[in-house]
Amino acid sequence: MTIKELQKEIVNEFSFFENWTQRYEYMIELGKSLPLINIKYKTNENIIKGCQSKVWVFAELNKDRLEFTADSDAIITKGIIALLIRVFSNQHPKDILEAETGFIDEIGLKEHLSPTRANGLGSMIKQIKMYAIAFQTQLN
Amino acid sequence: MFDVKKIREDFPILKRKVNGENLIYFDNAATSQTPIKVINSISSYYSNYNANIHRGVHSLSQEATNAYELARKKIQDHFNISKLNEVIFTSGTTHSINIIASGYSSLLKKGDELIVSALEHHSNIVPWQMLCERSELTLKVIPITQEGTLDMKAYDSLLSQKTKLVFVNHVSNALGIINPIEEIISKAHKYGAKVLIDGAQSAPHIKTDLKLLDVDYYAISAHKLCGPTGVGMLYGKEDLLNDLPPYQGGGEMISEVTFKKTTYAGLPHKFEAGTPNISGVIAFGVAIDYLNEIDLEQISTYENELLEYGTNQLNLIQGLRIYGKSKNKTPVISFNVNEIHTYDIGCILDKMGIAVRTGHHCAQPIMDFYKIPGTVRASFSFYNTKEEIDIMIIALNKAIQMLQ
Repeated sequence: MTIKELQKEIVNEFSFFENWTQRYEYMIELGKSLPLINIKYKTNENIIKGCQSKVWVFAELNKDRLEFTADSDAIITKGIIALLIRVFSNQHPKDILEAETGFIDEIGLKEHLSPTRANGLGSMIKQIKMYAIAFQTQLN
Repeated sequence: MFDVKKIREDFPILKRKVNGENLIYFDNAATSQTPIKVINSISSYYSNYNANIHRGVHSLSQEATNAYELARKKIQDHFNISKLNEVIFTSGTTHSINIIASGYSSLLKKGDELIVSALEHHSNIVPWQMLCERSELTLKVIPITQEGTLDMKAYDSLLSQKTKLVFVNHVSNALGIINPIEEIISKAHKYGAKVLIDGAQSAPHIKTDLKLLDVDYYAISAHKLCGPTGVGMLYGKEDLLNDLPPYQGGGEMISEVTFKKTTYAGLPHKFEAGTPNISGVIAFGVAIDYLNEIDLEQISTYENELLEYGTNQLNLIQGLRIYGKSKNKTPVISFNVNEIHTYDIGCILDKMGIAVRTGHHCAQPIMDFYKIPGTVRASFSFYNTKEEIDIMIIALNKAIQMLQ
């Protein structure tokens, strides 16, 4: 699936939730269930320090597609990371670079990207794009 | 008579909704809310007598100067400060501390020692670390006990003839513990050391008599006292402030300027370079009036009730641990629930309209001591109610149920 299709799918899934409690319960479930990163990549080198929660991101190229793994010490943050990985992992670096992230807005989780939340998510999206730039150059 | 219902009417913000729910504001240790009187004083300044102070001969400037200087008098009276020129207006506690820390670099020599406590906000640590680096001084730290109180025996052993300055907060922002500053000050004075007290967290709850306390320097922020942001006060004993060099150069702080040599103005203007936050200072004075109308004694009695009630209710929650156990506390409760991340709790409480602070509270050394990344901090004020605490408990139980 393309990034756009995946985003649409997530927006569609979230449209069935009637209130914030259901949305958050789903995010928490995602955050709890997924092992998102190999422990050997959970290093200080791969850390994005938010003031409140920490995020680890690691990327590697598999043929011409970029695979992301990531983690966070806060469950809600981790749930959002799971969504970001679902959208951006296994995609071409070029497509990642061109992708927009408005779907976070559409599923009612915009506040988690605000800089005052200091959870590292805003920086994580930047980091994903940076990885895409780096690997795109490598592929060229 | 203390009437919380009536008091709540004074605060327009308490009527608003957050995420569809009634706002419950329990982040008072970060900033207090602003009564309508204080808000109106700012708007009245800009509508009626906005002018630069201390220079104009015209009426507006005179009126603005009078109002600004009246605020200085109100603050002098409130803290029982000996001399009016010992009240310096600053942009807040951080600015106040930096004036002293920066000034001391010209007064100290290599090898001199400074003492700080492990309970401090970063704003009472970093300026001194910068000073120590510049002037090759040694910074010693008073450790804390498991309860979060200062280890006063350790303090005794840190003091020596080499000690020049001790700086401690009256109340810890992260834990709400009230420190024995009278003892800290008198012991430091025996060695000839000066003491700076960071009163940012105590001034909203405890009436402080600076003359009686015999403290050398004292710093506060208006925005924690129902006043506006960007305003604060530095108190210093007159002779000590005279010994310090100016912090910033500019207008207002001079006596005479030539390109050969400039002479500085006397106190308090020496430390008030540039056009100050005039409306903010005036509003600060109005906020002090407001608190005195209600009476800090009554405020403190009521807030202690909230603290006791909140502590008891929170202690009923399984797996909840409160950090900072002392009988002497301001209405601040810092806690964690099992291994749940504070960010997660904060997000869910916010969804239910409840504002608490989460994280390390700009006091990382305390978090390192307890080996935790942070805490959830509920801090109450005199306009909060037991009903609000009940709602927080219900919300917290819901958050725990969702997150565990």
